[in-house]
Amino acid sequence: MSLLYTDEQKALIALVKEMAENEIKPHVQELDEKGECPKDLFKWAFDMGLHMLEIPEEYGGTGLSYETTAMIFEELAKVDAGYAITLVTTFVALRNVILSGTPEQGKYFADIIGKGNFAAFALTEPNAGSDPAALRGTAVKDGDDYILNAAKTFITNGEIAALFVGFFKTDPAAGHKGISAFIVDADAAGITIGKHENKMGLRLSNTTDVTFENVRVSASSMVGPEGSGFKLALNALNLSRAFVATMAVGIMQRALDESVKYAKERKQFGQPIIKFQMVQQMLADMAIKTEASRVLVNNTMRMMDNGSLVRKEGSITKTFVSDCAQEVTSNAVQIFGGYGYSKEYPVEKLMRDCKIFQIFEGANQIQRLTIANELEREYK
Amino acid sequence: MNIVVCVKQVPDTTEIRIDPVKNTLIRQGVPSIMNPFDKNALEEALQLKEQYGGAVTVISMGPEQAKATLREALSMGADKAYLVTDRSFGGSDTYATSYILAKVIEKLGPFDVILGGKQAIDGDTGQTAPSIAEHLGIARLTHVLSIKIEGKKCIVEREIEEGVEIVEAKLPILCTATKETNKPRYATIKGKIDSLKAEIENITLADLPDMDVTKIGLKGSPTRVKSTFTPKRQSCCEMLEIINPRETARMLFGKLADAKIL
Repeated sequence: MSLLYTDEQKALIALVKEMAENEIKPHVQELDEKGECPKDLFKWAFDMGLHMLEIPEEYGGTGLSYETTAMIFEELAKVDAGYAITLVTTFVALRNVILSGTPEQGKYFADIIGKGNFAAFALTEPNAGSDPAALRGTAVKDGDDYILNAAKTFITNGEIAALFVGFFKTDPAAGHKGISAFIVDADAAGITIGKHENKMGLRLSNTTDVTFENVRVSASSMVGPEGSGFKLALNALNLSRAFVATMAVGIMQRALDESVKYAKERKQFGQPIIKFQMVQQMLADMAIKTEASRVLVNNTMRMMDNGSLVRKEGSITKTFVSDCAQEVTSNAVQIFGGYGYSKEYPVEKLMRDCKIFQIFEGANQIQRLTIANELEREYK
Repeated sequence: MNIVVCVKQVPDTTEIRIDPVKNTLIRQGVPSIMNPFDKNALEEALQLKEQYGGAVTVISMGPEQAKATLREALSMGADKAYLVTDRSFGGSDTYATSYILAKVIEKLGPFDVILGGKQAIDGDTGQTAPSIAEHLGIARLTHVLSIKIEGKKCIVEREIEEGVEIVEAKLPILCTATKETNKPRYATIKGKIDSLKAEIENITLADLPDMDVTKIGLKGSPTRVKSTFTPKRQSCCEMLEIINPRETARMLFGKLADAKIL
């Protein structure tokens, strides 16, 4: 492996690997087929504390660095990235409430998540994906309360979340400056969970529509000042981008592991196919992309640990890694040949799982736009 | 409730391969793990603590490297760990080892429940834990499935060949755990981190002044290993012709009776 790991990091990675291989992996194929993941299966992650890894100890978390947290999530994603992202989405929501909200809001959110619950971000709407300023959902002040109305879509953890961080227009005329964020209990009256998306990949991850219809929340559940929701969303995306990249590295490493193992076993023309130069080149390129991606993710994590917002670096990392992941997983299927195309072997799932990484947390085209904008600013 | 668990560091036998030429175990590069049955014993101890309160102490006899196993026990939730280690303890067989561990338990105690695995996967003798009870002069119950505490006594379910036996016994008690006892928990991330930093105290001969030194180490061990060998695997197979099922069954019965299997 390309990184230098401390003894503590090695021990934590080994622990998570043991749990994930014994308790999660045996169920993955069936759950991928069904497109669900029962809450019971997250008992292991909750017991271990995987939903609170980098949350400060005063909020009941373990207080790990982003760097170490990423190593743990890479390991988890090797077994299933959908399982991993359910936890990542949860802690990113909590982390942002702690960062942008009041200490009371952070405490409230952390207590509920700490007990073994999920959280979700409710940002995307049918007509506001890459362009959040186009949000139509509204929050209208009514005495000491706000009344929330919105149709949200593609909400990760939508059905299973106990808490939402929802984004609504408090000033519909003000574009992205009119967006405010609210903490909303999932059992609040007026919230309806819509259909569960029948997705191409990440099928253990829960994705639903969530409708807010005259949902009443107290004004004290607004996170940060009025109109600061867009900024909060960007901060959250900076964080989740780095973490989706680490999960893509996990998928790539799994693809490489499976491919090398298979290429050593599979014999054609009287020898293992790993002896053929064209297979060797594919494997070598897969290793190069995987290692480079891991180092890039690690660097971004360390920058975040040092307080950097990684606006450009996070975009570069997410884009590079998720683009590499397409090639690596596609070549894994290629090396497996006809068997790779079969659901009986693990690699076609990796190819399905990794496509979304070029799309979510800001499509790679948007990332390139961000990178170019940052470059333009830097070279002024 | 004071509980002590005896654990042993063993080579991971699932990783051991046999040298095809010399017919001996290839020990090189084999990772060391906590004896799996001891993990069940520890899990039982942690569950007892959760139910009845108290503290779980873990002890292990072995070289300095056995601290890794003690750290693992701490990461799962044990409160204290001690390494029992001294040059003079080297070469102890199950008799000497159980004598030393009994002395350590007396020193650290008193304990209400003493737990260990039903056997270690390296030596497979299954003698050490029961012998500790003999040295301490307390009751022992092996292969337990569950332990319920009621005041100064316990109700224990034991796995026996014929089924399950329910036994009542006075505390203190020594129990051994099996794979059927429970499913050991995983360490928490926080527990793992803390365990890596934990101080583990050594207990040496000097800490055990009333020890009879003629009963410890190689000299104090009555066991003598004459030789070890890998038993030859022998199997032969005889196919019975099927004339009709009744006749074939009769032939099979005859063969089994001749071989004194039936």
